[in-house]
Amino acid sequence: MGKFLYLLLIAPFVAQSIVIGPARAAPAAAANVAAAADLQYALAEVVRAFAAGGEPPPRLSFGSSGAFAHQIVSGAPFELFLSADESYVAQVHRAGRAEDAGTAYATGRLALFIGRGSAIAADRDLADIGRAARDGRLKHLAIANPEHAPYGRAAREALQHVGIWPLVETKLVLGENAAQAAQFVASGNAQAGILPLSLARAPALADRGAFMTLPQSWHAPLRQRMVLLKGAGENARRFYLFLSQPEAGAILARHGFGPP
Amino acid sequence: MDWPALWLSLKLAVCTTLLLLPLAVLLARPLAWSRFAGKGMVEALVALPLVLPPTVLGFYLLYAFGGNSWFGQAYSAITGRALVFSFDGLLAASLIFNLPFAVQPIQRGFDAIPRAAREAAWTCGLSSWRTLWRVELPLAWPGLLSAIVLTFAHTLGEFGVVLMVGGNISAETRTVAIAIYDRVQAFDEGGAANMSALLVAISFVAIGILHLLTRRIGRSDA
Repeated sequence: MGKFLYLLLIAPFVAQSIVIGPARAAPAAAANVAAAADLQYALAEVVRAFAAGGEPPPRLSFGSSGAFAHQIVSGAPFELFLSADESYVAQVHRAGRAEDAGTAYATGRLALFIGRGSAIAADRDLADIGRAARDGRLKHLAIANPEHAPYGRAAREALQHVGIWPLVETKLVLGENAAQAAQFVASGNAQAGILPLSLARAPALADRGAFMTLPQSWHAPLRQRMVLLKGAGENARRFYLFLSQPEAGAILARHGFGPP
Repeated sequence: MDWPALWLSLKLAVCTTLLLLPLAVLLARPLAWSRFAGKGMVEALVALPLVLPPTVLGFYLLYAFGGNSWFGQAYSAITGRALVFSFDGLLAASLIFNLPFAVQPIQRGFDAIPRAAREAAWTCGLSSWRTLWRVELPLAWPGLLSAIVLTFAHTLGEFGVVLMVGGNISAETRTVAIAIYDRVQAFDEGGAANMSALLVAISFVAIGILHLLTRRIGRSDA
């Protein structure tokens, strides 16, 4: 019994350590890049353009900016951090993990995304979202978690701005980051979502519903900022410079980002 | 301290344990004593959640049982509720994930009962049902107890599935494990520390009770 119990107790830990695996140090030249989830598609394309010049493609990790800021402050071995806002870059800088205050690389835009098959109209002031929340057409509205995802915060501000926050508050499902919020809508489990425009207009979501860009005046600007972290290698530095070049800017613009 | 989250986690743990226990007894009994075709297969299926990442179950819950699938639609037509972003979904995931933690200890408990004891019960003319209640379950009690404590404690610690299919809704799917994660990401170390300490305490007490009781029962049997 004792031995068996011991086995049972350690089994989940063994299983989990196999699943998660230990953090590996960066070998070779490719940089480790932590990027906000709204960059998922745009940054992959920027990396392809960067690598076309003979550079090794940096390794990208996507997640919520708040989560990354926390990991970086705790010593995560990233070399470049692309946040979806500027406050998390400032936080990393204050903690002494950044080389400097960083550079703004884009401005984020919000979009309303309505899943295919949910009978909700994409009208200018989101009035039908409010009506749908009341009459049951809208069961779940997906946004990123406002507590630590900049796009979640912006989505909350936009909903408050048009005055339907009290109507939809009980319908909210929170993605751990903006991409998970998008996935909630794409899988049909949420009828609509307030998402980064860069995800809402991505090909992966194109046949899953329709989107409408929201005015920038509805929320505090999403000034997306990036910063090189202490210990960044050559590859990270060159990628950082490349991101400020017109070629990278054009790719970001094509994916729905505004100029910084 | 996020009290609704703690309350939700405890509710999930209690519901999982209560629903899973009878099911595990029914499953463990033939696994311990009978030989039947496909027994190895059943045992493997029961053990599967020990090695499967929670994300696998999360994926199936989202796509195969979600609002767009026939299963998800049938479920909400019958119950009026959904399997995603709901307590029901967490409970379903929790039942599957705790299967080995409930079945395996009970199976060992039944295994440990001498065949002579059951034969004596039969010769006394006890029905199979009464044998279960009067003879087998009292003798397999240490196994049952392990199952209860392990299921309860393991449910409190569930994270991956909840993160994937919960949608982080207060008092519905935001369990204490998720609340801790949120507090950490929001740089609220104090809040995370309080809840973490409480979870450590609860889990430690649960495991402690298990050890004490199994030792005491072991002694009284000897």
